[in-house]
Amino acid sequence: MGRIKAKPEVCMGCHLCEVWCAVAHSKSKHIIKAFLYEDDKPLPRLVVEEKLPLTFALQCRHCAEPDCVTACISGALWKDPESGRVVHDPNQCVGCYSCVLTCPYGNVFINPRKREIIKCDLCAGLDTLYCVSHCPNEALVYEDC
Amino acid sequence: MCNMGDFDYLIIGNSAGTVGCIEGLRSVDKNSTVALVAEEDCHIYSRALIPYYLGGQITRDKMYYRPLDFYDRARVCVFQGHRAVKIDSAVRVVELDNGSRLGYGKLLIATGGKPVFPPIPGLDKQNVFSFHSMPDLMGIEKELAGARSAVVLGGGVIGLMAAEALHKRGIKVHVLELAERLLAPVVDETTSHLVEGALQKAGLALYLNNTIDQVNGTERVESVTLKDGRNIPCDLLIVGVGVAPRVELAEGTGIEVNRGILVDKKMQTSVPGIFACGDCASIYNFVTGVEQNMPLWPNAYLGGRIAGFNMAGIERAFIQGTTMNAMHFFDVNIVNAGINVIGANQGNGLEVIQKHDSDGQTYRKFVLSENGQIKGFILVGQIARAGIFLNLMRRKIDVRAFQLELFKNDFGYADLPETLRWKLLQDDVILGVV
Repeated sequence: MGRIKAKPEVCMGCHLCEVWCAVAHSKSKHIIKAFLYEDDKPLPRLVVEEKLPLTFALQCRHCAEPDCVTACISGALWKDPESGRVVHDPNQCVGCYSCVLTCPYGNVFINPRKREIIKCDLCAGLDTLYCVSHCPNEALVYEDC
Repeated sequence: MCNMGDFDYLIIGNSAGTVGCIEGLRSVDKNSTVALVAEEDCHIYSRALIPYYLGGQITRDKMYYRPLDFYDRARVCVFQGHRAVKIDSAVRVVELDNGSRLGYGKLLIATGGKPVFPPIPGLDKQNVFSFHSMPDLMGIEKELAGARSAVVLGGGVIGLMAAEALHKRGIKVHVLELAERLLAPVVDETTSHLVEGALQKAGLALYLNNTIDQVNGTERVESVTLKDGRNIPCDLLIVGVGVAPRVELAEGTGIEVNRGILVDKKMQTSVPGIFACGDCASIYNFVTGVEQNMPLWPNAYLGGRIAGFNMAGIERAFIQGTTMNAMHFFDVNIVNAGINVIGANQGNGLEVIQKHDSDGQTYRKFVLSENGQIKGFILVGQIARAGIFLNLMRRKIDVRAFQLELFKNDFGYADLPETLRWKLLQDDVILGVV
């Protein structure tokens, strides 16, 4: 199980990681269709930390002992022992936001459209990590650890 | 089917702490025998979801906290529908209500709490419920069809969640609170007033400084007479004034009790080999430095998990727990952790910084110690990334150099001083590449 790491010094603050994260979690996985034609506009599951000139992307760390899983009242969050991912099941989520209160990285996001959270799933089911592979300056890398 | 006998690990209870313990245990010990005694005759469910179910947001199957095959996969023997009545710590045996005896190597007491019923005559009538268990849920659900008016006794977190759920089912809800404001021990006055505003806007009737003087009706409550003489007709009465730790099993065992069952940071009681967690326990609060009863879901799960590790011989300390709540009442989101209400005896050396936005709906308050550590906070309206504050609090970071930044609605790691930021994110970023 690895994790995505940011290289703040070479991050340009273009926010393309957010854009492509949103695309990765859209229905069509197509940047134009996703933003123009899908009923639910796609949302990113990471944040670009910004205090110019400083910028860097931060996404769920998929912690070894995740505080969000500890706090979850509905069983919607769990740590998958095989993949190492911290997995979220939106069908089980009630939007109590206990995970928002406890995530030390501020990386569980409130879905503005309905009472539930959204978070990074390490592009589960996709063939690439969208934020990493679309970063124009390689300011995001995936490292095994 | 499980056979009676001896188990390496035995757990009494079937809620968050139990699951925490099993998941902790099984992550380090796949082979030992584990059993649990569950009083309620149903699969493990989340009590915290009762308001979501009764409010119509989720179906019954969503109440299960773990999948139906959870115990099988974890290879746990479940003695369901039985109550543990006695612990004989000298011979390490737990006796059940049917007389059977279970031996244990290590024991976890996770018996939870029981709803408090104030000494008001008539609270034993048919349409009076607490808001705590599956029988409560089923009883309330039965009453819902014919109910038009409900009284909720207690304006704390449980009472208000019950009130909102019933309101969503089209019932006129009357909330009675003995104190002069809602959520009195949990949040500060400003927050109480924001919540009161939200509830009144939704159409709930609030009665502060008030309680039930008399319950009227024969077998069923038909109305309640309040302390101030007013009379409220009702079809349903919910008692949500609090939960008391269930410590009766500790009696006669030598286990020390301090309101809850007293445990050390390893979650072990004063009797070696016996652990406790969750609503029945008094656990370490890293903010106040004392052991206290903190009946909250994250504390229960984590306490159980840490107990599980220690029971399996892996040393872990419970040092992350404090009072914390993520709450929402209608469209108002609130989170709080640690100390946010400063009493007369807590004021020493604590400083409060706060900001109430002009729109009236966004409020942030931080309680800082003399050396600039966050001892507590409360956020109303904008709660995004709140966990960063809890992290700063847990790590005892001096925030004075950037304390005004804390009020930014999009506060993040970028707002921290450079050295501190990269120290906290040392495993998450790569520096020195240019």
